[in-house]
Amino acid sequence: MTTLVEVRNVGKSFPGVRALHQVSFGLAPGEVHALMGENGAGKSTLMKILAGIYQRDSGDVLVNGASVDIASPRQAQALGIGIIHQELNLMNHLTAAQNIFIGREPRRGFGLFLDEGKLNADADAVFKQMKVDIAPTATVGDLTVARQQLVEIAKALSFHSKVLIMDEPTAALNDAEVAQLFSIIADLKAQGVGVVYITHKMDEVKRIADRVTIMRDGETVATLDAKSTPIETIISLMVGRDLADVGRVAPAGAPGDEVLRVTGLNRGKAVRDVSFALRKGEILGFAGLMGAGRTEVARAIFGADKIDSGEIQVHGAPVRIDTPADAVRHGLAYLSEDRKRFGLVTPMNVEENVTMASWSRFLAGGFFMRASALAEVADGYVEQLRVKTPSIRQETRLLSGGNQQKVVIAKWLARDCDILFFDEPTRGIDVGAKAEIYKLLRALAEQGRAIVVISSELPEVMRLSHRILVMCEGRITGELPGDGATQEAIMRLATQREARAA
Amino acid sequence: MDALATPTAAPAPQERPALMSSGTKQKLLAFAGLVAILVFFSLASPNFLQKDNIFGILQSTSVNGVLAVGCTFVIISAGIDLSVGTLMTFTAVMCGVVLTNWGMPLILGVVAAIFFGAFTGMVSGLVIAKMKVPPFIATLGMMLLLKGLALVIANDKPIYFNDTPNFSMISIDSLLGAIVPWLDIPNGVLILFIVAILAAIVLNKTLLGRYVFALGSNEEAARLSGVNVDFWKVVIYSLNGAICGVAGLLIASRLNSAQPALGQGYELDAIAAVVIGGTSLSGGRGTVLGTIIGSFIISTLTNGLRIMSVAQEWQLVVTGLIIIIAVYGDILRKAKA
Repeated sequence: MTTLVEVRNVGKSFPGVRALHQVSFGLAPGEVHALMGENGAGKSTLMKILAGIYQRDSGDVLVNGASVDIASPRQAQALGIGIIHQELNLMNHLTAAQNIFIGREPRRGFGLFLDEGKLNADADAVFKQMKVDIAPTATVGDLTVARQQLVEIAKALSFHSKVLIMDEPTAALNDAEVAQLFSIIADLKAQGVGVVYITHKMDEVKRIADRVTIMRDGETVATLDAKSTPIETIISLMVGRDLADVGRVAPAGAPGDEVLRVTGLNRGKAVRDVSFALRKGEILGFAGLMGAGRTEVARAIFGADKIDSGEIQVHGAPVRIDTPADAVRHGLAYLSEDRKRFGLVTPMNVEENVTMASWSRFLAGGFFMRASALAEVADGYVEQLRVKTPSIRQETRLLSGGNQQKVVIAKWLARDCDILFFDEPTRGIDVGAKAEIYKLLRALAEQGRAIVVISSELPEVMRLSHRILVMCEGRITGELPGDGATQEAIMRLATQREARAA
Repeated sequence: MDALATPTAAPAPQERPALMSSGTKQKLLAFAGLVAILVFFSLASPNFLQKDNIFGILQSTSVNGVLAVGCTFVIISAGIDLSVGTLMTFTAVMCGVVLTNWGMPLILGVVAAIFFGAFTGMVSGLVIAKMKVPPFIATLGMMLLLKGLALVIANDKPIYFNDTPNFSMISIDSLLGAIVPWLDIPNGVLILFIVAILAAIVLNKTLLGRYVFALGSNEEAARLSGVNVDFWKVVIYSLNGAICGVAGLLIASRLNSAQPALGQGYELDAIAAVVIGGTSLSGGRGTVLGTIIGSFIISTLTNGLRIMSVAQEWQLVVTGLIIIIAVYGDILRKAKA
């Protein structure tokens, strides 16, 4: 079989880490080859080697059968390898056309001036080929994420790429957008383009992939036929063990008294007339598509964004929350999906992060920090939550995603918060760490804390929650019991758009 | 009073997509602000709208305006250059060395100023791009270093251009006046406008300009797209340096001397002009026209307040407030969008 790209026994190490070891992988023309594995399995490293961002330490890379060294992104492009990174790499202030042709702008006037006309015409031609209607002169920052992604794809195609690498391209897309992306991928296949498709989503592999290669701990474990291989096989190869019982997480037993009641919460178009109640010991799930307004609800309650109207009661008494500080004083905590940006101070150590929300309690004489008390509290939580860290003096940036998440949880527990909002608590952490977080959520609920979990993974919401609230376009479109809800029922509510009057 | 009220009239509700980009609006707002200031001072003092005074404003804008145009490139690329003030002085001193100490012809003095400006800018660019020193620190270092070098080279004394009689031609004389007698705008002002027009063309029509925006918008994306980010950074800082050399010539010509102790503080006025003109300090957004308007706002304000006999201390207070208000206005508008 001819291959567009072949990787043979490639190895790559970073200081202290062996990222890739004896990795082999091939891509045929017109093939969609899925690449799966837990976080840290080496998928992105492998792709970055193909894209010329990293250099391999050993092994061979063959393009069209010839051995090559891909020294730079530019050389990868010249070899016909295009990559669409997970974090979109676009310049928001520039137009779509300017982004597509960055680094190889057409010029006129003895090469002195940019040829904006040709630039836009060329971009338009690429969009036409993809059958999408994006104006070449549209400013990228004004486009939706899905359309920005299409600009990225257009950019890759404009190099006449024969190989397209997509790193979790559907992470931020809704169903209709995913369908459009898949139809574009089908067109590309028909033209003989090979697609490497990195994903965590099993259903996508089943829908579009021809073959699937599974990576674990920097090695390629297996390459299988995507259609005929059962999902369970893929998962067990990814994890390297059979997953323990994937039963329900929500503790049995009736939740206690009501601790939080939100009535008629409104914030622009993002949050519209949201009302719900939360009980002691309860885990309440918020499901919905990206952009449905779940995060916005949490942020509005937490005082991070100003609300237009609405009433919030904590333990039965109406409270006024204008700032996050107010929310924390009332025992509310919000654990952001973006831990690095909003939850953790990564250059600081575990102890500092655990105690930072409650530093004012550790003052001696109102001025000096009581170092021993700080350490005691931090040690206590590290033990209670089983944070894997060599010591409480370890900088948090050196911890794994799951352990970082635990440190953030510890911070709010140390602050006596008993109403906890978890926004995508397992995003970006691997299957093993996920199970740990689930156990922790269950323990927290059993201890009588009230928990809201926002999650885009339906199986996760269903396992975790006593009740599931589904949102669409800023409204709560329905409530389902966690036990007995089906993915179909949730999706129906999540796509239940408002019938537009007028 | 009406004239003052108009530009700050209640903002129209912004439900639908904006008709103008945020940058265009900031420019219009800055321009309206400049008009408001002009109208205000015209009404407040009969001396303001005199030809001599207007020319004075133009002349005093030329140096800061040219510096600010250079800074516009750097700031749109998400960099900063704190050394432009002392770099300007350094180029003036080098020009003095070539013309006065060595007795070379005028043209070589001009070349020297621009060359040393570009060269020094290139050094800053290399320190930033290759040594990865943050621009703020790199150019803070360059600011002090150049100040010291200028003093050492000039031996702590001004260098006068008495042996180069044509030197005043650069800034003070009026080429236009020789053709149209009543339009005797000083050459310095002419140079400001030429520099601004060329800069606007480079920024909007050339590869360099495109990469200035690309770097400021998302440097990593540009790098991954195969753009030689380091190279273009060096080019941007070199260009800024060359433009500082032009400013050095302007100020030396106006004072008929290179004053080695001068210069520090000019960088902040230049950055202020850029920011008032709507260029984002976080990069990716900005225009030369905005910067020119920003420069004129600062110099008109200074001039008008002086004519109204406002103490210099208070002039600073007002300028400071204007900077904060201008940027706050920008933030408010962006929050609404």
